[in-house]
Amino acid sequence: MARSPAIAIASGKGGTGKTTVAVHLAATLLFRKQAVQYLDCDVEEPNGHLFLKPTIESSASVGIPVPVVDAARCIACGKCAEVCEFNAIAMLKKPLVFPELCHGCGACALVCPVGAIRETPRAIGVVETGRAGSIRFAQGRLNVGEPLAPPLIRAVKTRREPAAVALYDSPPGTSCPVVATVRGADFVVLVTEPTPFGLHDLALAVATLRPMGRPLGVVVNRADDDRRVQDYCQAENLPVLAELPDDRRVAETYARGELIFDRLPDWRGRFETLWARIEERT
Amino acid sequence: MKELVVISGKGGTGKTSLTASFAALAPNAAFADGDVDAADLHLLLAPAVRRREEFRSGHAAVLRADDCVGCGRCAALCRFEAIAPATRPGDGARVFAVDPGACEGCGVCVWNCPVRAIDFPERVCGEWFVSATRFGSLVHARLHPGAENSGKLVSLVREQAREIAKQERRDLVIVDGPPGTGCPVIAALTGASGVLVVTEPTVSGAHDLARVLELTGHFKIPTAVCINKWDLNPEQADGIEAAARAAGATPVGRVRYDKAATRAQRLGQTVVEAGPDSLADEIRAVWKNWIGTVAP
Amino acid sequence: MKVVLTSSAKTLADPIDMHFGRAKVFILADTETGRAVAHDNAQNLHAAQGAGIQSAETVARLGAEAVVTGSVGPKAYKALQAAGIRIALIEAVCPGTEALRRFKDGELPVLDQPNGESHWV
Repeated sequence: MARSPAIAIASGKGGTGKTTVAVHLAATLLFRKQAVQYLDCDVEEPNGHLFLKPTIESSASVGIPVPVVDAARCIACGKCAEVCEFNAIAMLKKPLVFPELCHGCGACALVCPVGAIRETPRAIGVVETGRAGSIRFAQGRLNVGEPLAPPLIRAVKTRREPAAVALYDSPPGTSCPVVATVRGADFVVLVTEPTPFGLHDLALAVATLRPMGRPLGVVVNRADDDRRVQDYCQAENLPVLAELPDDRRVAETYARGELIFDRLPDWRGRFETLWARIEERT
Repeated sequence: MKELVVISGKGGTGKTSLTASFAALAPNAAFADGDVDAADLHLLLAPAVRRREEFRSGHAAVLRADDCVGCGRCAALCRFEAIAPATRPGDGARVFAVDPGACEGCGVCVWNCPVRAIDFPERVCGEWFVSATRFGSLVHARLHPGAENSGKLVSLVREQAREIAKQERRDLVIVDGPPGTGCPVIAALTGASGVLVVTEPTVSGAHDLARVLELTGHFKIPTAVCINKWDLNPEQADGIEAAARAAGATPVGRVRYDKAATRAQRLGQTVVEAGPDSLADEIRAVWKNWIGTVAP
Repeated sequence: MKVVLTSSAKTLADPIDMHFGRAKVFILADTETGRAVAHDNAQNLHAAQGAGIQSAETVARLGAEAVVTGSVGPKAYKALQAAGIRIALIEAVCPGTEALRRFKDGELPVLDQPNGESHWV
């Protein structure tokens, strides 16, 4: 069976409607009786569950491997501290490990000449999987105060079920967590709004994602008569997949955590068209 | 000198628009844009750049394809999915290549390559600026696309803004912080005198606020909460303020949902400059209340 | 006894740097002979993370038994403890000579818990 596509939904600026687009694409696919899986990769602030209201069936701790030094074997040569790029090991009288700084690269264990370092997982968050009706659901929740999102994002993506269309809800911004989410996606939807902030951050996101070689498309949310985003897209040869009109009823529906679909049936066609435009590009 | 940081948890709650208005209201302050991933404050403050510096952080693996023997040890050891097989342009040989976007900069491949074919130069991750604006000096930055360690850049921007505030004898630094609860937010918060969380009365806003308050509680920073667009869901707004109080934070006011905020943004102005007065007054009240909680 | 002072520049006449981890210069002073040698800490100053830990390592390598500074973060504190290095706390910026004199006279309290902020993480 052919592998279903993975679509990443991203945005440079936060709060442009990324999660709204992602959960409604999931609902659209469900309506069309296509297998769909929603994967919330916005592990710092996972919000898709507030709208899809899934039943969580399993939860697994995700850790990164951090070193533990066997004092009996350690010859205090200091090579582990020397090789650590993240300053997570200090060579004092013996090696002292700072697990919270460790990126889990394994350099120390590899370099130790006497095999005194073994690695044990340090939990950084959880991956939860379940179902919202027929929508398959997975999300990562990063422990509050934990700086390393990409390993958890990679763990969420391992829960992907190839038979279903995967929707990756990306974190906002342009740095490493976004890159970790978008890697391996077949298509990237960038959600923006027609404001100077929206346009500026869209351009940053395009600069980040273009070199990754994934096809991109833009959704203009809360569209009004300001056409600068559309003009930018035309100049950059980026397809505008949808213009979702500014509608206070949508903002109020979102505020309550309800699907626009259920409250405003006139909106269903907009997401159907959006999906059709994504599908013809994957 | 006090350092006040504006954050939001959830993106798009109006954090930067409010911060810009605060900049207009603070008589003797320096400013920092700590949202280095998607810095927008400069769009409202129109900075004239006075100083520009490169931001370097960590290292990146760069594989010399000409010297690669294609053994694949680097790819086997890399835990960040950053090394993949490639074809050498000249002779079509199977070699390996590093994906700079995925490289964590750990050096494992560099130290373990049997033919030392991988270089490990310092990574230029972006640049930062010191600028003059109509409200005072602004330190801002631009992270290169997909670059890492924005936390360090946030710290740097804050540090430089404090330095400038000291030189200019300012009594306040106002920082526009990043969204989320991760590394850059922690970097924006540590050691601050006070933090304002700008949220909105949506289920996402409430959910993310709870996570952010956990973080500010962890760092024991006096925390105020402002509800932007409160009239989208007045009940939810009440609930958020109650939850904020329960978590030890102080509600300092509400700002209504008004397209005038977008109009001001399109003019490149703050709301307190562009008006209308009724909306500007709500923001003034939030500012006054917040300052009152941190500078008695 | 060898002691390290965190300094803003290269001589004992220069003001103390109040921050341990990202201090610009470490001055290694010998309390008996009065000899003082400056060691640049710029590399740690710009460390991506763990500057305090690296600084503690440097101080240990210099053979100091004590460090005179204004604030020590939690990770640097842990590292200095592990190295058996005493932390003498100075409460305000002053020239290195004065800090050294007060250290020798036993006027500076010993820091028994971290008093600085972790910069991130």
